[in-house]
Amino acid sequence: MVVKVISANYAVSHAVKLAKPQVIPVYPITPQTSISEYLAKFVADGDLDSEYMLVESEHSAISAAVGASGTGVRVFTATASQGLALMNEILFVAAGLRNPIVMANTNRSLAAPLSIWNDHQDSISQRDTGWMQIYVENGQEALDSILRCYRISEDHDVLLPSMVCLDGFILTHTAEPVDIPSQKLVDSFLPDYQPQESFLDPENPRSLGTFTDPNYYMEARYQMEVAMEKSKKVIEKVNQEFNEIFGRDYSFVEEYRCEGAEIILITMGSLCSTIRDVVDDMRGRGEKVGLLKVINYRPFPKKEITEAVKNADRVAVLDKNISFGMGGALYTEIKANIDVESCGFIVGLGGRDITPKHIEDIVNKTRNPTKEITWIGLKEEV
Amino acid sequence: MDSIGGTVKNPGSTRNNKTGSWRTFKPLLDKDKCIECDNCLLFCPEGCINPDYDTDYDYCKGCGICEVECPVKAIKMERE
Repeated sequence: MVVKVISANYAVSHAVKLAKPQVIPVYPITPQTSISEYLAKFVADGDLDSEYMLVESEHSAISAAVGASGTGVRVFTATASQGLALMNEILFVAAGLRNPIVMANTNRSLAAPLSIWNDHQDSISQRDTGWMQIYVENGQEALDSILRCYRISEDHDVLLPSMVCLDGFILTHTAEPVDIPSQKLVDSFLPDYQPQESFLDPENPRSLGTFTDPNYYMEARYQMEVAMEKSKKVIEKVNQEFNEIFGRDYSFVEEYRCEGAEIILITMGSLCSTIRDVVDDMRGRGEKVGLLKVINYRPFPKKEITEAVKNADRVAVLDKNISFGMGGALYTEIKANIDVESCGFIVGLGGRDITPKHIEDIVNKTRNPTKEITWIGLKEEV
Repeated sequence: MDSIGGTVKNPGSTRNNKTGSWRTFKPLLDKDKCIECDNCLLFCPEGCINPDYDTDYDYCKGCGICEVECPVKAIKMERE
């Protein structure tokens, strides 16, 4: 075990080095760029024995990832924002072909207006592609999630790709202590990839990505839904093994001071760190508030969220994304799936700061709700 | 196809793909009117009319070209 003070992008790159993917097709884009640079250096220095593919776009990066995964090897790629949007078409292909690719998405807003700063619009917009999604709070979680995702994605019961979503700049360019596990420990958790189903094998010829007529398509899609459902058990098992080996305990959601909380704030990613501080302050003043961090967004942890909020009077859901005319994605999904009174808040779009004052404001607005969805941090009433 | 990811494990699967399911109109031949000119057999884009002028409905997509090309109007397209 080595603790280094590094950015989350460097933590992701270390995780990839430890996971030893054979092929890395990647195209640089802010704020992911340093991941592609670190990985290029690892490969150039001989620290990582991998085919580092220079491609001409993100569409090509994910297409190459699908092709490489189809030969039965472990694959990694990374992107953000416009890059992820450009990958859209092939994200569906990767999931449909059941390629257990793992990708890091460094969350950044989508144009227009053009912005390089953080929100979750890019990955939230890809939630129906069939990829599993994990949102991380810090560099350590980013590193650990890459390793966990390979295990989950490559499980025979799952075989779906995974997206590890980390907040652009807030995590990608912030240095913090990260425990980098030894190769030996990682090898004991994550053995070499053994392809089983959807790959090209000269000994056992098959066709991938074939045309299907209405007699077959629906079954193939249903199998994906079954796999997504089955992934929940696999995630539990992998989390348990991860804890046994590395001593860090992960679950679908993380409760922070939710016991006896009248109001629980629910959100994903780095924003949870700000909320933790506010929860501590408010608890100190005798106000019963708590935080629920949603880690696994797909598959959606309906059971775990229900359990965590069952004694709360009300929940406030903070979304760094907006489905125009509908509200934030996490809010609308909680509203649809969880039997709890909830208020939706749109926060931090395009890197707008979310301050402790905003969080307290959200708690107050949830106590006395006046509208269903409130935008927080707007400069003025627009 | 029962494999993960739509993988085709056995060759020749196109044969199992019964494209006749696409059909809305079905060609029906009145053999009493037929003059055995072979037009339908030659023009059928799917090659699913045999030398006895029987149509293989597993693959006939119901395009209706046979009806148009029949010089004695022995073929009628009927809704399925």
